[in-house]
Amino acid sequence: MAERVAILGVGMHPWGKWGRNFVEYGLHAANEALADAGLAWRDIQFVSGADTIRNGYPGFVSGATFAQALGWTGARVTSCYAACASGATAIAAARAQILAGLSDVALVVGADTTPKGFFAPVGGERRDDPDWLRFHLLGATNPTYFALYARRRMELFGATEADFAAVKVKNARHGAANPNARYRTEVTAGEVLASPVVADPLRLLEICATSDGGAAVVLSSMEFARRHGHRRPVTVAAVSTVTPRFPQTVIEMPNFATDSAVATSGEPGPTFRQSIARAAYEEAGIGPEEVDVAEVYDLSTALELDWYEDIGLCKEGEAEKLLRDGDTAVGGRIPVNPSGGLSSFGEAIPAQAIAQVCELSMQLRGQASGRQVEGAKVGVSANQGLFGHGSSVLVTR
Amino acid sequence: MNPAKTQVPAQPGWFTLDPEAPALLGSRCRKCGTIAFPAENAFCRNPDCQSTEFDQHALSRRGRIWSYTDARYKPPVPYVATDPYQPFCIAAVELADEKMVVLGQMVAGVEAGDLAVGDEVELVLDTLHEDDAHEYLVWKWRPVRPRKEGRG
Repeated sequence: MAERVAILGVGMHPWGKWGRNFVEYGLHAANEALADAGLAWRDIQFVSGADTIRNGYPGFVSGATFAQALGWTGARVTSCYAACASGATAIAAARAQILAGLSDVALVVGADTTPKGFFAPVGGERRDDPDWLRFHLLGATNPTYFALYARRRMELFGATEADFAAVKVKNARHGAANPNARYRTEVTAGEVLASPVVADPLRLLEICATSDGGAAVVLSSMEFARRHGHRRPVTVAAVSTVTPRFPQTVIEMPNFATDSAVATSGEPGPTFRQSIARAAYEEAGIGPEEVDVAEVYDLSTALELDWYEDIGLCKEGEAEKLLRDGDTAVGGRIPVNPSGGLSSFGEAIPAQAIAQVCELSMQLRGQASGRQVEGAKVGVSANQGLFGHGSSVLVTR
Repeated sequence: MNPAKTQVPAQPGWFTLDPEAPALLGSRCRKCGTIAFPAENAFCRNPDCQSTEFDQHALSRRGRIWSYTDARYKPPVPYVATDPYQPFCIAAVELADEKMVVLGQMVAGVEAGDLAVGDEVELVLDTLHEDDAHEYLVWKWRPVRPRKEGRG
């Protein structure tokens, strides 16, 4: 079991479509996290940036970009890109520095400015890039893949369009109470089901938008936390950033095909999504039955149901029952996405996995006004993006 | 397909141009038998295999639908959309012999409501997009049997 590190401060720039430079959002979040931690920028020994690939060179070296914006201090710095898991990878880098004893206190920042509409591949004609090719040869957008999973769920487990709509209704209710969420109005199932189909069976209100936003956390060693008067901080118990295992038999963005299982024998191992949270549970020595609150990557309403099973909240095929029983709403047995999730935020890729940790930290501190999960002591996040990057962060208090 | 235009593959080397029985061209590891699509000739994806020798492998032309969807909104560039935009279906198809799932568009005229998980489909060549002189061909899936009665 790894030692814990303290989450001393969290900060966010509200999600939206503000159209400003991503550095502004990151700076806002960083300053909020520093103030929350009761620290000055000069106290920070390590800066870990989560990169954005849609904002030119400053986005590729985000750690240095944020450090320059805060003012060069000679701190150690790194910049991480891992698709949707970039934020968690930046957290993992900072945590490892602290656990290795190389730094006592670190600032993790991710922020993005996004274009309107579907995420498109990076420009140019790139015939050796599967991400470019899937758009060109198939017209396969991200919602295409979400919809394949959704339809599969309907056929295998009897999920209905009403179930998918109920996920949106729940998350919209949660998000309405979150000042950092982009969409802050409740919706009815009727409104969800009246929104246009984007990729059958998924509708416009069931697919996550692309957003601008920024999130930051200040991490430190437990000793540093004590020295600075943080007597009972939220802690990071585990960070999982594992790869899939061969053969990966679920079709994943941006691939044209799964791995072939002809050369392997025996029972198939856990799917990629299942393995992400399992690795975090194993690292922390905490089981899913101990989890009080979860933030999962609801790129679509249907995908949230997949996550219930993949992070161990219920058995395969039982997610619909969990939802229908109200267990995953705030006030239920195991609330999921009390922040409102991607449904209420939209995705600001490098900030999103950090925002999940911000929400869990606020929940464990009892500061999630209007959406508080009462008495939450253990929280888990789960996230997955392109090309075999995913993450899970387990936090405790 | 338009006989007045030159037909060229939209992605050379990924499939045969056999008009009767086209096939996707993957690779097969000489050591462990792992198949990959698109072809992977530099390394084997099997973590327990260090082979660097591969043969070309034509994938099965028939499979069963693992899942399916459609694209009601126009995909962004580099997709070359028809004008006016015509929605299309996409299917993930399970190939029994290869033990893998491969994506492809469904041929024009098929709607999501016509499909079900487990339906048998076969590979055909069809137009992806055209310019003044060329027709760019791509693989698509076509239902083997017409839509069953009574499914809605």
